[in-house]
Amino acid sequence: MFRFHYWLERKAIGFALAIVLVASIGGAVEIAPLFTIHQTIEDAPDMRVYTPLELAGRNIYVREGCYACHSQMIRTLRDEVERYGPYSLAVESKYDHPMLWGSKRTGPDLARVGGKYSDEWQVQHLNDPRALVPQSVMPSYARLGRNPLRTDDLSNHLRAMRAVGVPYTDDMIANARADAYGQAAPDSPLAEGVGKRYGEATNVRPFDGAPGVLTEMDALVAYLQILGHLTDAAHKTVATGQ
Amino acid sequence: MKPERDPETGWMTTGHEWNGITELNTPVPKPVWFFLIVTALFALGYWLLMPAFPLGSTFTKGLLGADDRAAVTAAVKEATAERAGWTGEVMAKSYAEVERDPRLMAAVRETGRTLFGDNCSVCHGREAKGGRGFPNLTGSSFLWGNSPEAIAETIQVGINSANPKSRVSQMPAFGRDHVLERPDIENVVAYVMSLSGAKASVGNVEAGKTAFTANCAVCHGPDGKGKTDVGAPNLSDQIWIRGGGEEASIYDFVWGGLQGQMPSWEGRLSPLDLKILTLYVVDLGKQRP
Amino acid sequence: MIEQLTTIERQRALVLLLAVTFGGLFVLIAGKDEVLGIHGALIMLLSIAAIFYVLAGYFAPEPTAPREDSYYDEPAKAGILLAMGWAAFGLFIGDWVAWQLAYPSLNFEAGWTSFGRLRPVHTTSVIFGFGGNALIATSFYVMQRTSRARIPDQLSPLFVVFGYNLFCLLAVTGYMMGITQSKEYAEPEWYADLWLVVVWVTYLIVYLRTLAHRKEPHIYVANWYYLAFVLVVAMLHIVNNLAVPVSFGSAKSYSLFSGVQDAMTQWWYGHNAVAFFLTAGFLGMMYYFLPKRAGRPLFSYRLSIISFWGITFLYMWAGSHHLHYTALPQWVQTLGMTFSVILLVPSWTAAANALLTLNGAWHRVRDDATLRFMMVAAVFYGITTFEGSFLAIRAVNSLSHYTDWTIGHVHAGALGWVAMITFGSIYAAVPWLWKRESMYSPRLVEWHFWLALAGTIIYVLAMWNSGIIQGLMWRTYNAQGTLAYSFIDSLIEMHPYYIARAVGGLLFLIGGLIGCYNVWMTVRIAPPQLVPESAADYPEPTVPGAAAPQAAE
Ligand code: HEC
Ligand code: HEC
Ligand code: HEC
Ligand code: HEM
Ligand code: HEM
Ligand SMILES: [Ca+2]
Ligand SMILES: [Ca+2]
Ligand SMILES: [Cu+2]
Repeated sequence: MFRFHYWLERKAIGFALAIVLVASIGGAVEIAPLFTIHQTIEDAPDMRVYTPLELAGRNIYVREGCYACHSQMIRTLRDEVERYGPYSLAVESKYDHPMLWGSKRTGPDLARVGGKYSDEWQVQHLNDPRALVPQSVMPSYARLGRNPLRTDDLSNHLRAMRAVGVPYTDDMIANARADAYGQAAPDSPLAEGVGKRYGEATNVRPFDGAPGVLTEMDALVAYLQILGHLTDAAHKTVATGQ
Repeated sequence: MKPERDPETGWMTTGHEWNGITELNTPVPKPVWFFLIVTALFALGYWLLMPAFPLGSTFTKGLLGADDRAAVTAAVKEATAERAGWTGEVMAKSYAEVERDPRLMAAVRETGRTLFGDNCSVCHGREAKGGRGFPNLTGSSFLWGNSPEAIAETIQVGINSANPKSRVSQMPAFGRDHVLERPDIENVVAYVMSLSGAKASVGNVEAGKTAFTANCAVCHGPDGKGKTDVGAPNLSDQIWIRGGGEEASIYDFVWGGLQGQMPSWEGRLSPLDLKILTLYVVDLGKQRP
Repeated sequence: MIEQLTTIERQRALVLLLAVTFGGLFVLIAGKDEVLGIHGALIMLLSIAAIFYVLAGYFAPEPTAPREDSYYDEPAKAGILLAMGWAAFGLFIGDWVAWQLAYPSLNFEAGWTSFGRLRPVHTTSVIFGFGGNALIATSFYVMQRTSRARIPDQLSPLFVVFGYNLFCLLAVTGYMMGITQSKEYAEPEWYADLWLVVVWVTYLIVYLRTLAHRKEPHIYVANWYYLAFVLVVAMLHIVNNLAVPVSFGSAKSYSLFSGVQDAMTQWWYGHNAVAFFLTAGFLGMMYYFLPKRAGRPLFSYRLSIISFWGITFLYMWAGSHHLHYTALPQWVQTLGMTFSVILLVPSWTAAANALLTLNGAWHRVRDDATLRFMMVAAVFYGITTFEGSFLAIRAVNSLSHYTDWTIGHVHAGALGWVAMITFGSIYAAVPWLWKRESMYSPRLVEWHFWLALAGTIIYVLAMWNSGIIQGLMWRTYNAQGTLAYSFIDSLIEMHPYYIARAVGGLLFLIGGLIGCYNVWMTVRIAPPQLVPESAADYPEPTVPGAAAPQAAE
């Protein structure tokens, strides 16, 4: 072995190739089969895609770095299941490009935070976390309520998502902008299309409390309120809580 | 350069030199091989017992047939069974019976504190003393009645929540909807403040009383003491859900209306958790002044 | 720098810079409606400034002495100064975010200063800005000397250094503006990722070409590690960053993989960024500067072989230990855990090989803070890898994951190992590179050492405590068999530890600033006499028949 190496360490290219070869094995064995083993991702026929507004909210979540403090992955451990709800399934992040499982819980897990609190609470909390939770170390995001949401490129976002495998229809892509408005303005004529395209169970509400203007706050709250609700699969397979 | 002996360690060098750096040809110490073999054997054993290697469209399941998902489901079940003693009693007994049992109440207080901390405290506060817009659960009378059943119902279905069975309560926007004009509102505000012994800077209390009887009494009762069947708060005490009862904010409420939202916890928390929380809140209510 | 280039090289530099300027213009136009446009403008401005810089030196006389007689150290010098600059910046941001977690109002309510945006600024500045520049600089330094060959090209190593720093700059300014892919340690968006590919491939070519010119038949172990660092980082970077941009004018992209496959790819990347960026590269550094400074032969050639191939092979399997008990299939977790455990053996042999090299030189460790930096680094490397293998055991990870324990582990490695070995190597290399007798102030090196050590110990102890408390509080059950603490209960307990960590970080930061001052003074203050510290470090003839040792270029 040492003799072979004695020879190899005199060949720059050979040495480089050896490194690449030796270093490729682990990844190949661990990653490639995740695409071929069917069991890796559970079946969930009710799984729906993010609406344009939720997707925009997700992008704000990424932009602001919420994932630096919040995980979205409930592990298969008793205390996590009892605190946060059913453990997360792979299928639940099937449309997450990229996934936001996180690696640090400075704040609580958010995988099932959707519907846990009211929109109004979410807005107040994002505006000033310490007004509600005096001990919180979360930054305030009041500016999101002042920023109008950018919608003119939402069709492009949906199209890019389709390119990486999310089943958005032409109809969804064409109406992305209208649907973003409609979802946060329940009384407007645009609201109807949202339910039609994304399912009647979709939250159509004035998320930030002001239906007139579409803000980044609307988008982020719409996203937070859908977390854990794209599919019911997790609730069916798991015994929860007590 | 020829291999030479290092006087310090006694080992030979390899005979190579790079800008003054040489290497000893020291053999690999035995412990290195030993630990390599031991850790590799450990890994081998672990692979045999546990799911380990991919095989095209499936993977080796391991001799133990271990599965995290099954394991956690079993662990939760087992834990539930272990608690079944006291939790069974809590579920089986009436609220009053549990309240009379100090042993069960001790468990309720401990468990309730964490449940409340993880689910309710962000709105109602860690001490359940409430905050602006979120009622104090240790004070006054409850909006929908003080009975444990009423409180249980509130927690279960929520108030103005997404639950189809939700309690619904809404205070109309008298100003915005032009039911009352500015002077009327000022009068009514003055009256409302007088109910709790405060004095407004403008407005006529007597005129306010008339307007109150016409517009507000349906919900808040003729004397402003609130009505639990519509969840309208008592306006004659010193307790305010929303802030400190300042004149300006009361004006805003009457002008723009109110619709507080309390989420529904049915489905998210188990029936047992709901019952524990109810008992916990009822118990907190006992700390009322 | 320009005086070192021939006229034709100066022209090439101008053409290259013009190309980059036009690239920037293109980005500016394509992204005019978006934050991307700002990056276009930034690229343009920087390359125009560089054009002026080249033009200013354009008519300087061409170099007369045959350059082949000496090593090409300008890129290494630039890299070291940049590394120190990034260190000051990155440590400052790190300490700032540390204080934010103790007193959140310290973010002053602006978007770009909020924790979520600054945290990646910190990680990128220290890992890629500080660590990366130090690696590139020392690798240029080391590969020439261990190959006894000059880098065969003038322009490409400069392109590597400055192109790389452009990448780092795009990365951190991007996060502050909200441009991020959110993949830890791979946050830069698609266009910066593509740029890095160009830079990195150039780096690899420079490396391989220098090796090909080497006059030593055998490749020294430091170069094995540097080479693994360059090659594997390229592999990791390309696979993990596959993404589809929303449009050419948009900074935003969607990663090719999603959910569980994305998680595995990300942590295959993330873990091996640790392995090949924060470990292999710095091992390369250690294997040159430690024996050199100690004046001792490396303890064992054979151990080097075991460690090197062990690390290269085993690390690549270990990434899934970041995903224990998650929705990643359990079989992958098994592999991640078991390989991480075996990995301890080559890791410790690497550390032991360094420490045993010091046998016979311990008196120097006592007297010389520079060598002490390296010794302590090797010890922390041992501690961190032991801890890492321990944390990779599923049962342990169930407690540690998501908590500050991970942060404690990270900084035992980052401060104790990465930063210490880098500071030690820089303190060794700076006088050698600038042909000074010694550092400007050895006493300040001593000060830096003790501040760094104290800071690291405070930081790591604080995070071990808070992490374990956090982990235990989350899973503690009361006598009734229900959860004893709410999440907020655990948050409250963290407060004193967050203050302690920030204080430790402050000490470390002060040490770093002292280091910057010391390096700067060493470079600036003209020494009485220009002498390399180590005779062996003369830029000795690299080409047969070339002139004998010479003074500074
Ligand atoms: C510095 C770390 C930090 C950052 C960054 C952060 N959070 Fe938080 N978050 C916390 C902490 C700590 C808590 C718990 C205390 C509280 O409720 O405020 C929390 C709580 C929450 C909760 C309530 C969760 C629950 O179940 O009680 C939500 C929702 C939330 N954050 C969303 C966000 C979003 C969205 C962002 C980004 C825009 C974000 N957070 C950024 C630290 C952070
Ligand atoms: C999103 C915020 C929020 C959360 C979380 C929340 N509540 Fe509430 N809760 C409210 C609001 C708002 C009201 C008052 C509604 C109104 O004004 O009509 C309320 C009312 C109540 C009431 C009736 C109070 C009264 O004075 O009659 C009870 C009891 C109660 N909550 C218990 C709980 C419990 C138990 C939990 C946790 C399982 C909880 N709440 C979680 C917002 C919240
Ligand atoms: C349709 C029922 C209804 C009518 C009519 C009504 N209210 Fe209310 N009122 C409510 C409810 C329900 C709340 C609690 C809402 C909440 O907190 O979200 C409330 C809250 C209030 C509060 C705040 C109490 C506190 O604790 O902070 C004031 C003040 C008030 N009402 C005054 C009035 C006055 C004055 C009128 C008439 C001009 C009026 N209300 C008419 C239902 C009603
Ligand atoms: C002044 C010294 C430093 C301080 C005060 C500091 C502080 C911090 C803080 C507060 C965090 C965020 C932790 C959290 O989210 O809870 C962090 C993360 C991180 N830091 Fe540092 N840091 C310092 C130096 C360094 C150095 C020198 C490096 C690398 C060479 C480094 C690498 C990292 C990494 C990789 C993370 C991310 C860890 C993770 O995601 O698990 N830090 N640091
Ligand atoms: C044998 C060697 C090592 C092993 C097996 C190992 C293992 C681990 C484990 C198990 C985690 C925790 C993952 C989690 O729970 O989220 C981790 C995190 C981390 N380690 Fe190590 N470690 C090793 C060496 C090092 C070294 C030398 C460094 C150098 C700085 C380092 C840097 C990090 C970083 C930055 C993270 C945080 C990743 C994140 O963002 O979550 N590790 N490591
Ligand atoms: Ca992390
Ligand atoms: Ca990237
Ligand atoms: Cu790792």
